[in-house]
Amino acid sequence: MKIKVIVTLKNGVLDPQGKAIQQTLNGMNFDKVSDVRQGKFFEIEVKENDESKAKSLVDDMCKKLLANLVIEDYQIV
Amino acid sequence: MKSSVIIFPGSNCDRDMDVALKKFGFKNQMIWHNDQSIPKSDLIVLPGGFSYGDYLRCGSIASKSNIIKSVIDFANSGGLVLGICNGFQILTETGLLPGILQQNKYLNFICKNVYVKVKDKKNKYFNNIKKDILKLHIAHNEGNYFCSKDEIKSLEDNNQIAVTYCDPKGLENDEYNPNGALKNIAGIFNKNKNVLGMMPHPERMIDRYLSGEDGSLFFENLLGNLK
Repeated sequence: MKIKVIVTLKNGVLDPQGKAIQQTLNGMNFDKVSDVRQGKFFEIEVKENDESKAKSLVDDMCKKLLANLVIEDYQIV
Repeated sequence: MKSSVIIFPGSNCDRDMDVALKKFGFKNQMIWHNDQSIPKSDLIVLPGGFSYGDYLRCGSIASKSNIIKSVIDFANSGGLVLGICNGFQILTETGLLPGILQQNKYLNFICKNVYVKVKDKKNKYFNNIKKDILKLHIAHNEGNYFCSKDEIKSLEDNNQIAVTYCDPKGLENDEYNPNGALKNIAGIFNKNKNVLGMMPHPERMIDRYLSGEDGSLFFENLLGNLK
């Protein structure tokens, strides 16, 4: 089963890359872009047929490796 | 005195550290990340570099490597563990030190000499160093120290801030904060002060003709404490 995870910086944590992307987009005349936050996306193939069990495994992975909870939040989608 | 430098795939300051430790009298051994145990040591060093290509987050993969459990056990039993640059990043990812090193505020890789202020001398790393301001070298892309409000308060309350970026006279300000680090932090201790992580490289400042000698003060002091 494939589980997808999105890891993003927590609100309030400075995201200089996101800021640079926003400024570049603005420079390319995408005037309506007012903020960009950059994150990471994972697709994890888990040998497990039960969705809730698979997600609970991935949740553990997020806490232990995929996200650093000091600055990042994660979402299992 | 015996020291061990751990080599991860992508470490690139391991040999400089080896040279520095030997110059000041350590019997140093190099330990591969895939080993399961570390021979008896008085000091373990996690060197600078780009362990595992900085994949995922700097230091995150190294913090789960085979050898790390031995490093954590050694640190928890009071052994001296020093992490320089990527080593500092690894220490935060293991949880031995709080916080995280984020990407530099202005997105550039910084490679230059800096001044750091020694904030605490009640520890084995800086105790007998006469100078309060050291000139050391930094080279990193992720040195922007960050931690929660509770953690920074706890670091301050327990005198765990080791060194901060400052001007040549010791004034800590934004102008002399190269990477945006919280409170100009360049290095911190754990609560017991046996674990030190710092971004500046003392091993690059051990030769009066090539660089400077403020790194020599650091190693001489460390060795003096272990004799």
